[in-house]
Amino acid sequence: MYWEKDIETIERKKLDELQLTRLKNTLAKAGKSFYYGKKFKEQKIDAGAVKSLRDIQKIPFTTKDDLRENWPYGLVASHKDDLVRMHSSSGTTGRATVIFHTADDIAVWTNLVARCMYMAGMRKSDVFQNMMTYGLFTGGLGFHYGAEKIGALVIPAGAGNSKRQIQLMMDFQTTVVHVIPSYALHLSTVFSELHIDPRRDTKVRIAFVGAEPHTEKMRKKIEDIYGYKAFNSYGLSEMNGPGVAFECPEQQGMHIWEDSFLAEIIDPQTFEPVADGAEGELVLTTLQRDGMPVIRYRTKDLTRIIPGRCSCGRTHRRIERIKGRTDDMLIIKGVNIFPMQIEKKLMEIPGVGTNFLIVLSRDEFNDSMTVKVEVNKEYFSGELKKMEMLRKKIVEELKSEILITPKIDLVEPDSIPKGEGKAVRVIDNRKD
Amino acid sequence: MIAYQLSIFAENKPGKLAKVTGVLARENISIRATTISTSDTFGVISLIVDDPQRAEAVLTGAGMTVHLRRVLAVLIPDKPGGLDKLTQLLLKEEININNAYGFVLESSQKAVFVVDVDQMEKAEKVLEKNGFQTLDTQALSAIEPSCGSK
Repeated sequence: MYWEKDIETIERKKLDELQLTRLKNTLAKAGKSFYYGKKFKEQKIDAGAVKSLRDIQKIPFTTKDDLRENWPYGLVASHKDDLVRMHSSSGTTGRATVIFHTADDIAVWTNLVARCMYMAGMRKSDVFQNMMTYGLFTGGLGFHYGAEKIGALVIPAGAGNSKRQIQLMMDFQTTVVHVIPSYALHLSTVFSELHIDPRRDTKVRIAFVGAEPHTEKMRKKIEDIYGYKAFNSYGLSEMNGPGVAFECPEQQGMHIWEDSFLAEIIDPQTFEPVADGAEGELVLTTLQRDGMPVIRYRTKDLTRIIPGRCSCGRTHRRIERIKGRTDDMLIIKGVNIFPMQIEKKLMEIPGVGTNFLIVLSRDEFNDSMTVKVEVNKEYFSGELKKMEMLRKKIVEELKSEILITPKIDLVEPDSIPKGEGKAVRVIDNRKD
Repeated sequence: MIAYQLSIFAENKPGKLAKVTGVLARENISIRATTISTSDTFGVISLIVDDPQRAEAVLTGAGMTVHLRRVLAVLIPDKPGGLDKLTQLLLKEEININNAYGFVLESSQKAVFVVDVDQMEKAEKVLEKNGFQTLDTQALSAIEPSCGSK
């Protein structure tokens, strides 16, 4: 039941010691990068002075903006020739955040993903269908490597093409899938159309669901429809991708792999650490990455540490399902989108007025984004065709920026209510 | 002669036309003809009224997005082939019609065909040369369309 029993059930005291050793190594390594080298020097931070895990609090946070501003190689701590892979966070174009890996980093990451999958019950006899986007997005390749490490047969199906997914599942007797939760729900409607009952006609027994926040209720719904166990997965490209935290068969929170990541929960206002059990922002430090160590990365994800030991026997602490964000980032179909990206693009398009509103909804099972856009009064010439062309142009421009196709509603100038102070840009109507 | 059509941009939802007609009724502005074109969630309401400039001002004042558009209001005989003569002429001159609608002035006698074309000046000249009468705003205001009663 354990992929690496020694590590997964390591005594807490020994785990703390391991973390401290690896933290010191990480700080020394990070100091070789342009960004941390300069930062440590300027702020007179002596990596050697770190004597306990608590001492990490003396080191400043790293944010997504820091990664962007030091794009592309500012945080790389290894020789460039030793880098074998890069990944980029989804949804942002231009100055995306890029993460580089050495061969050792890939091996460590692969092992972590294998550990997650094995923990959920996957074995070498399984047939694993990876219904995730391959490419810059970490979810595809990360799981692919992990499954091969276990020795399962991997079907690199990629995302989309529902009928083919179902065909593959039937033809090759898929037993394990990796899927975005909203897509799992969407796929169930395609099963119905084809008059195939996934509970009776497929052999799938395990699903890894991630890349998109979802509720416990949504998980239950997926499990009910398919008759398999759905395990929650947490990861972010800045921390490799998948394999940061994962559910065990108890399905009571996600074990965060503390041999590879140092986790802190902070109050997002005061930046002070909060006690286990209290909600706050998850802050992570890589403990086993040479190519690009990242120290105290503010994930902006809200969660809490679940106090107490898990009955599965693993000593690595658990985090609760992600409750939300401390910033305004939206996650739709696994793609990260900031309202600012939409605003910037809209304001470049002639004919667009001053205000807009993003409305997220979940119709049937699919998440969708509608942007209500006020038109510029002067732009209106009485021609419907011209307005229709404007609408199409907005769709195209936004699609190229945020990578998903939004629905655009053109509305009259000044028709979107302006809130007091900061404008309300997003209404999220997505319910379970 | 050039006439003016009032175009209003509006979301495609209940109450939008009622708001327009409400303002015009209150201001005692008479509507000669109306047409609405929609595209999914939005549309354009086009009106021929007896006082387009004042209508534009009051509708804009009511917060609406209004544009005064130049159109040709062509007088045609209300009988078989009446409209055909006009459209055949426009075809011959390679003038494209973007939008058009009509209303009867006197049943079996006269009708007005409102056309929005791609070459306004050329169309105006061609129509004049071929004996068509175009109405301007004053002429449109002066007429009282019949209800076409038998």
